[in-house]
Amino acid sequence: MTAVTSTGARVGARKPSGRQALRLIVLIAIVAVVLYPLLWMLGTSVKSQEEIVNNIGLLPETFTPGNYTDGWRNFDFSFGKFFLNSAMVSLLTVVGNAVSCLLAAYAFARLRFRLRGVWFAVMIGTLLLPGHVLIVPQYILFRSLGLVGADWPYLPLLIPQFLATEAFFVFLMVQFMRGIPRELDEAAKIDGASPFGIFRHVILPLSRPALVTTAIFSFIWTWNDFFRQLVFLSNLEDYTVPVALTLFIDSTSQSAVGPMFAMSVLSLLPVFLFFLAFQRMLVEGINTSGLKG
Amino acid sequence: MALTTAPGRTTRTGSPRPHATRRGAGRDRHGEGLAGYVFLSPWLIGLMGVTAIPMLLSLYLSFTNYDILTPLSEVEWVGLANYERMFTQDPSYWHAVQVTLTFALVAVPLKLAAALGVALLLNKAWRGVGLFRSLFYLPSLLGGSVALAIVWVNMFNRDGAFNSFLAIFGIEGLPWVNDPDWALETLMLLAIWQFGAPMVIFLAGLKQVPSELYEAASVDGANRFRQFWHVTLPMLSPVIFFNLVLETINGFQGFTAAFVLSNGTGGPVDSTLMYTLKLYISGFTDLEMGYASAMAWVFLIAIGLITTVFFSTGRFWVHYSDGER
Repeated sequence: MTAVTSTGARVGARKPSGRQALRLIVLIAIVAVVLYPLLWMLGTSVKSQEEIVNNIGLLPETFTPGNYTDGWRNFDFSFGKFFLNSAMVSLLTVVGNAVSCLLAAYAFARLRFRLRGVWFAVMIGTLLLPGHVLIVPQYILFRSLGLVGADWPYLPLLIPQFLATEAFFVFLMVQFMRGIPRELDEAAKIDGASPFGIFRHVILPLSRPALVTTAIFSFIWTWNDFFRQLVFLSNLEDYTVPVALTLFIDSTSQSAVGPMFAMSVLSLLPVFLFFLAFQRMLVEGINTSGLKG
Repeated sequence: MALTTAPGRTTRTGSPRPHATRRGAGRDRHGEGLAGYVFLSPWLIGLMGVTAIPMLLSLYLSFTNYDILTPLSEVEWVGLANYERMFTQDPSYWHAVQVTLTFALVAVPLKLAAALGVALLLNKAWRGVGLFRSLFYLPSLLGGSVALAIVWVNMFNRDGAFNSFLAIFGIEGLPWVNDPDWALETLMLLAIWQFGAPMVIFLAGLKQVPSELYEAASVDGANRFRQFWHVTLPMLSPVIFFNLVLETINGFQGFTAAFVLSNGTGGPVDSTLMYTLKLYISGFTDLEMGYASAMAWVFLIAIGLITTVFFSTGRFWVHYSDGER
């Protein structure tokens, strides 16, 4: 295996460098196009009101950080309130998804029980089930339970996440666990381990990459999620960041564009930092699960 | 205890005791079965409470005139009236269907083509792969957010960055997002811009193609194109299939950007009225939840049919090397 890889590398090194240079230029051009909207957003967020209309270039002529303070204080509550709400919903969702999906995935990947095939098929079915289809009846159900617009209105957003309804993560973990050599289970079984023992001592420690991937995706998706939060949150003080951002669109005046961009930048910052911190693990998680599939 | 281990030992040494063996296996299976349901219980509760029961409720509601203001006990059964209205009396419904299909049929193939193309470029690059991969992936993480939709809409405004780019070449741009002929295209571009997620999956798939296959192919005299066609594509087909199914279903559900562009109306002139946005407006703006439920069920059946088509045609072109091992 190592011999093959090193031969491949040597063949690669012998290739004409002109082709590689061309490849690099094309890649850099694509990067420029891909990153332009992000850089433009960043630039616009520190432009003055006049410059937003007149100077559409990347960089501002006069640096106007005031958009950030204006945006932060734009509502009756400081924008920080919305950040706290979003952070709470996102972090609790991470916990819920990680725990509940791991349990379900272990059952599907490793345990033999009646109707497993049927339930697995149902799970795959829900994988493709659009959340939008369920939003109306879920709204009615949670409302009849008094959970919509309650003092703490986040239960309708969180309950599904603690019940492994995010089938994508269950599926991802099942795929990952299938890659863990069964010999490890067999060895533990011969040593007298129960299904719970195998879960605790074999599967759980080895599933860490899949758990990290789940946690990162969970956080980012929930942080960015708009549809469910739009439907279930009705009081300004309970709003999460995405719902609060749409309030800027409602005020059509041109003066709101700078603050709106400033708050948009801030709203993307956690996702960006999360990505910077965990991207290696994220890609590793994806690659490991693919490797053993 | 000694009795149960003894027969096991004799079984192994060659004098089978079928009765004891069966009992042993049965006990094992029973323990694992119980554990299976213990581990599965959160998922099962979620399946029933958050998925199955709401689905049945929505099926029932789709035959009623339920709005959130009247109590559930006083709803009126209206038979197929909601479905009739949807298919025959509500032109904006058909508009939503058309907008959604157009969006998925154009944006998804282009996004996957971009993803595969860049993945192929990146797979052969000799350095900086990690950095490029991260930079390309970033839009997928940020692109679904309200913040980015806001940026996108402003970028394709009359005064936006896109028109200032066109001005360099002396082209006078349009107010793209306010033009019914172009608003949906800007949303498609936003979707394609997020090609990084399928690209990462393609890249991981490309790394799995054994280099022996390429060596064998080049020994047989296959050129680059034939290698791509006869080695890369078949070996990558499970990954292509995965990405295709996922992106298509995601494509049908685009909501956020359409909501932001049109401020929740689906405008200009219903040109960005994605199906989910139409559903949202019916259910939560007009409060016609019976009608919205009927819409949801038609959507569900449509997604189910499309998925079935994918999976039944998939067996003809998806190549799983695992099966041969």
